[in-house]
Amino acid sequence: MTERPLSFLDRPNSYIGRSVPRPNAQRLLHGRGTFVDDIRLPRLVHAVFLRSPYAHARIISIDATAAAQLPGVVRVVTAKDLAGRYTPWVGVLTHMKGLKSAPQHPLAVERACWQGEPVAALVAESRAVAEDALAHIVVDWEELPAVADAETVLAPGAPAIQPALGDNLAFARSIDVGAVDDAFARADAVVEDHFTVARHTGVCPETRSILADFNPADRQLTVHHSSQAPHMMKEIILRHFPLAEPDVRVICRDVGGSYGIKIHVYPDEMAVIALSLLLGRPVKFVADRLESFVSDIHAREHRIGARMAVSKSGEILAIAVDDLTGIGPYSTYPRTSAVEGNQVINLIGSWYRCANYRARLRVAFQNKPPMSQYRAVGHPIACAVTEMLVDRAAQAIGLDPAELRRRNLIADDAYPWTSPAGLRLERLSHQRCLERMLELMDYAGLRREQAALRAKGVHRGIGLASFVEITNPGPAFYGVGGAPISAQDGCTLRLDPGGSVTLAISVTEQGQGTETAVAQIAASVLGVSLERVRVVTGDTERTPYGGGTWASRGTGIGGEAALQAAKALRANVLALAGAILQAVPDTLDIRADWIIDAASGAQRIRLHEVGRAGYFRGDTLPPDVQPELVATRHYQPREYPFAFTNGVQASWVEVDVDTGFVTLLKHWVVEDCGTVVNPLLVDEQIRGGVVQGLGAALFEECSYDAQGQLLNGTLADYLVPMAGEMPDIVVAHLVTPTTTSELGAKGVGEAGTAGAPAAVMNAINDALLPFGARITTQPATPQRILRALKRT
Amino acid sequence: MSDAIDIRLTVNGEPVARHVPARQNLVDFLREELGLTGTRAGCEHGVCGACTVRVDGAATRACLIFAAQLDGARVDTIEGLSESGEIADLQAAFHARNALQCGFCTAGMLVTTAELLRDIPAPSRAEIRDHLSGNYCRCTGYHAIVDAIETVARQRCAAKGGT
Repeated sequence: MTERPLSFLDRPNSYIGRSVPRPNAQRLLHGRGTFVDDIRLPRLVHAVFLRSPYAHARIISIDATAAAQLPGVVRVVTAKDLAGRYTPWVGVLTHMKGLKSAPQHPLAVERACWQGEPVAALVAESRAVAEDALAHIVVDWEELPAVADAETVLAPGAPAIQPALGDNLAFARSIDVGAVDDAFARADAVVEDHFTVARHTGVCPETRSILADFNPADRQLTVHHSSQAPHMMKEIILRHFPLAEPDVRVICRDVGGSYGIKIHVYPDEMAVIALSLLLGRPVKFVADRLESFVSDIHAREHRIGARMAVSKSGEILAIAVDDLTGIGPYSTYPRTSAVEGNQVINLIGSWYRCANYRARLRVAFQNKPPMSQYRAVGHPIACAVTEMLVDRAAQAIGLDPAELRRRNLIADDAYPWTSPAGLRLERLSHQRCLERMLELMDYAGLRREQAALRAKGVHRGIGLASFVEITNPGPAFYGVGGAPISAQDGCTLRLDPGGSVTLAISVTEQGQGTETAVAQIAASVLGVSLERVRVVTGDTERTPYGGGTWASRGTGIGGEAALQAAKALRANVLALAGAILQAVPDTLDIRADWIIDAASGAQRIRLHEVGRAGYFRGDTLPPDVQPELVATRHYQPREYPFAFTNGVQASWVEVDVDTGFVTLLKHWVVEDCGTVVNPLLVDEQIRGGVVQGLGAALFEECSYDAQGQLLNGTLADYLVPMAGEMPDIVVAHLVTPTTTSELGAKGVGEAGTAGAPAAVMNAINDALLPFGARITTQPATPQRILRALKRT
Repeated sequence: MSDAIDIRLTVNGEPVARHVPARQNLVDFLREELGLTGTRAGCEHGVCGACTVRVDGAATRACLIFAAQLDGARVDTIEGLSESGEIADLQAAFHARNALQCGFCTAGMLVTTAELLRDIPAPSRAEIRDHLSGNYCRCTGYHAIVDAIETVARQRCAAKGGT
């Protein structure tokens, strides 16, 4: 099935394509991981934050006199105390034309703009003492009118949340390609829907955590951070604090879930850095669960009107959409809060041949927590809008929904393809994925089962959703707009004297298996056994420079850097082995930790003998030989802005029409992420991603009242997917490697989340079909389903 | 301090005596006082299950019980269960099946699972899912965890000569 030519990856004993368990999971299984809150340092103090209880309020005064005098309290600071100790930040990118935002500060200056915005910080000798003392800070507030609803904030005359910006429209963009009006005019059927996707959030098992340790003696700042991108964070610190490049080190050890949440700049975390600089001692902040709900970035919040035109023969003629998304009072730094909506309108319909496309995007400020990039940025919305319209179009012309997809998905031999929004697609396999899916799930059999059960009053539904996923982004994504975000990554490999290999790489690990994948690649190319590869990540001082792990880039980009570094080190090792053995290096190879004769396979010397000769026995080498047992290579994709992947998901659900409850019976994914380095890890990325999408579709919602007050800020009230409600998930692959890298791997981290909501929403609506009911709001809660059924 | 209490208990088989603040919950006691950082605070109100430890043999939320309540108790954490080898087969199966990603929930998941397999040696997938319903995992989607537990249940039953 693999289409790529034989390469280094196909060497004997290759680990590519093998389900190797993650060596670095052992410490986590034994309770021996090191998350930020596990780190204790001498003179460590703990920061807590007083947060605005109002969505919008003027801070008239803050009296911390009583709090500051309590035993164990080290310092209380407000915005005034930190003024001049940092520079504020603005979440815009120059290539997103017209995007505007206001300067942000570690602590609110004079005015708080969302419930949960940090207003004062208190540092004490323990977290408990700090929390006790916080209650003694007295703030005189003047509550201001809050504008929380994205629709009303854009109404003429609505007060500007950031007065200096003039209005509440942060960003707008339109696309109009082809002859949209003409296509709607000649359509045999036009379907139209209004979609609502609620705000939800990441709910990382480990809450946001940072430990900033400034040593004033040598002006060194070491930051232990629960983050995906240590090098980016270092750049951010250098931009906003008076420190020199050699003086800042960012370390990310174990990270307890991130999913995009821990890649943004948060005011409270910047305050902790400022506090450590101010106090000259280590300061730790670990968000508690309640403050996570009001201070982590939220995701989504879209209202979308959408139409699709279709012909009797089942050709999708045109799509028109209008997306309004609410992002809170600021555009998040440094990735902005406009990429979510931008990706929605870029991606809608991009897996179909339809050439007529119109879209409008409006991104609005509001008095709610900042909204920004979260796993599968924009994808689940684009997928749900497209795929729910496709199902309706199929109904409108009396065609099976699978057949309508078959007639419109871009043909597998039509690539390269450019979508109406301008996305360049290298090589995808939508048609083959759909056929594989219909066979895998026994689509025809399920339809028969559905009909039989319907006759018995059991209402089951089948939902399909094709999708694409953006992976391996190049420098045109962020770097071009001025953000200190690297699109390249580097890998350094060192052969140690005992024949083992130290691999230091700038991509990071939050449990995806990045470290295992890059070790598999390096081991395969070098010809060493996997247990001899030691991987180092998550430290700006110990790895090459690079972007980290986000946007499904760890294996695609980091893996290619590892592959190229391994080729380079292999050449160096063979050059030295050739000198030792008096053989031409080209006639030698490395296999299973031995230098062998390439032609016969005969073992010549062990790899560690090369290491020992190189490091300890230079006296035995010819005088012109200088052993070089380290190699570094970097990689960034340039040919295409992104490596798109594709796939299709299917959902099989039962809806209880009396209670509105949805039972997820089964879920299937057929996905094509190119070269699969480790099937075990790839499948679990997909399954985990699916479940995050199912949470969004069925349970997760940050509920706000009209005053911008969060109504469900606990894990008891905010529902997340738990084991009991989740289905088994069947995963299958097609393999279409990208030809832009030697490895051929694309990303896979967000595919599950991209397509799952669309599949389950289509399945629910399929179950509701006999009742003439339809639900277009996510999450599709029992209450909303009953309302759609007119049973409340 | 009048709001502190003397307790003596056994943690991972070792006798421990401490003078604890009355309000200190078990998860903070384990982490702050004893350096047993394998037990993690996730939600601090008993929903997520990350802090699950064993108290007198029963899986217990360490965020919902005070250290002061545990005079005379026996507490077992992931560190102790790992060192005794009691859950070695579960750990091996979780590893082989990649039934963890970030690993933050894993200690709680293993303690809960050990109790499940003690009470129901051959659980169905539905029973496994039901028993894990108080343990939140954001990474895996649970499928791999259910697989790993099913595997261990089968292995243990086979070792005992079948169910």
